[in-house]
This record gives sequence, structure tokens and C-alpha cells, in this order.
Amino acid sequence: MATITIGIMDPPYESANTPTAFRLVEAAIRKGHNVNVFCYEGATALGYAGQKQHPNAVHGMTLEEEDHPNPKEWVKSLLAFATEKNVKLVWCNCGLCVDERGVENQVEGTCRGSPVDAWKYCEASDGVLMIGTQ
Amino acid sequence: MSRYLLIQSKSPWESGDIGHFYSLARDLGQAGNDVTFFLVQNGVMSARNGAKDAAFDQLLGSKIRVLADDFSLRERAINRETLKGGVSVSPIDEVVDLLAGSAKALWH
Repeated sequence: MATITIGIMDPPYESANTPTAFRLVEAAIRKGHNVNVFCYEGATALGYAGQKQHPNAVHGMTLEEEDHPNPKEWVKSLLAFATEKNVKLVWCNCGLCVDERGVENQVEGTCRGSPVDAWKYCEASDGVLMIGTQ
Repeated sequence: MSRYLLIQSKSPWESGDIGHFYSLARDLGQAGNDVTFFLVQNGVMSARNGAKDAAFDQLLGSKIRVLADDFSLRERAINRETLKGGVSVSPIDEVVDLLAGSAKALWH
């Protein structure tokens, strides 16, 4: 079992980097590794509990039919998956970035930290991948 | 010798600095390092037969291992039979394995 740290910066709903990051976290958990995720800048909104599904009026879809996926559900699923696999998933949001965006209301299981924590996660990890916005 | 993982997420037609990333991979390989070049998202576009990307083609056939993410290929309806020689299809699990094995990883 290894420990992997993944840094994410992209905000939700904007970049293919986000689902790729989620796929990486899922694969790492599935393989039995401990994972630290450090969300910086816009990525701190991934776990924002206030995200809401919506209908699609253009396509005539109801809210249920549209079933728009919100990243907070993926964060919750990954946290639950880690518990199921008996591995540790730390989902840490940069506190300053959270406050700037007003996304303090996060799904259960996430935590606040600082770039110092990101550095500590990296120091204690076997592998590190930082996914920048550009 | 070190182990490197370079992840290319952009196509060469959307970012002007991809050539530098190819060069970095090539230089690391020529310096005797173990280099994996992993294509993901639009990065897989260079792997198609007929895609004109001379700098990418120079990586193929070298000691650098070039992999293309299976999910990204499926999203773009790219069949493995249409990939350039030297490109292998891989699940994203390979990235996890390399990270768990302490490869030095760079994302572009």
C-alpha cells in the first residue's frame, strides 16, 4: 500500500481535468492506496454542499430525467469508497480559497488546510501529482 | 536513473508550449531515465494515424513508453486500431501504479 497525493486546482463544471482527477482517486482507492487530495483555488468548490441539480428546459428534461451530476456527489462517493476499501482518503481544501469563494458549507468528510498541509502531504507520499489549471 | 511520468492532457493544436513538453520527455529519455509519456483527454489526439505532429512522432520508437488513456480514446471514438505504431492503450491505473512506485510526475 502506497500513499499518493493529488493536487487539483480547476473549479467544478469547467475542465476535463476534474473527471480525470476523480478517476485517478478512484483507481488509487480501488488498488488499496491511501490518497491525499489537496484542493486549491477553484477546486475548493468541488465539495460545496450547496450544489443543486437542475432541469434542462432546452431539452424538455425534468430534474429527475436530467439527473445532472454534481461533483459534491462524486466527492461523497469517493469518501465512502475509501471507507469501504479500508483506506484513508483525505480531502483537504485550502482554507483561504474556501473563504474567498464562500464555499464553507462542504460535504461531510472534507477538511480545511493550507499550502503547508499540502507540502506535508507531499513529503509523506510515495507519489505526487499536481494538476494545474493551465 | 530516475523514473518519470509525463502526462499530456492537451492536443498540440490548443497549446503552443507542448513542444517543450515533448522536448523534456525526449531529453529525460536521452539522459538515461525511465520515461513514460501518458496521453489523456485531448492529449490522445496526437496518437491518431494521420495526425500531423512531428515532435510527438519523434517520441515513438524511442526508449520512451507512450501510453494513451483508454477512457479518453473511447470518449473521442478513437479505435485502438487507428493509433500510430508505438502507442499502447492503457487504463488510468497505470498512472496510479507509477505514482505508487515513486515516479516523478508532471502534468501538462
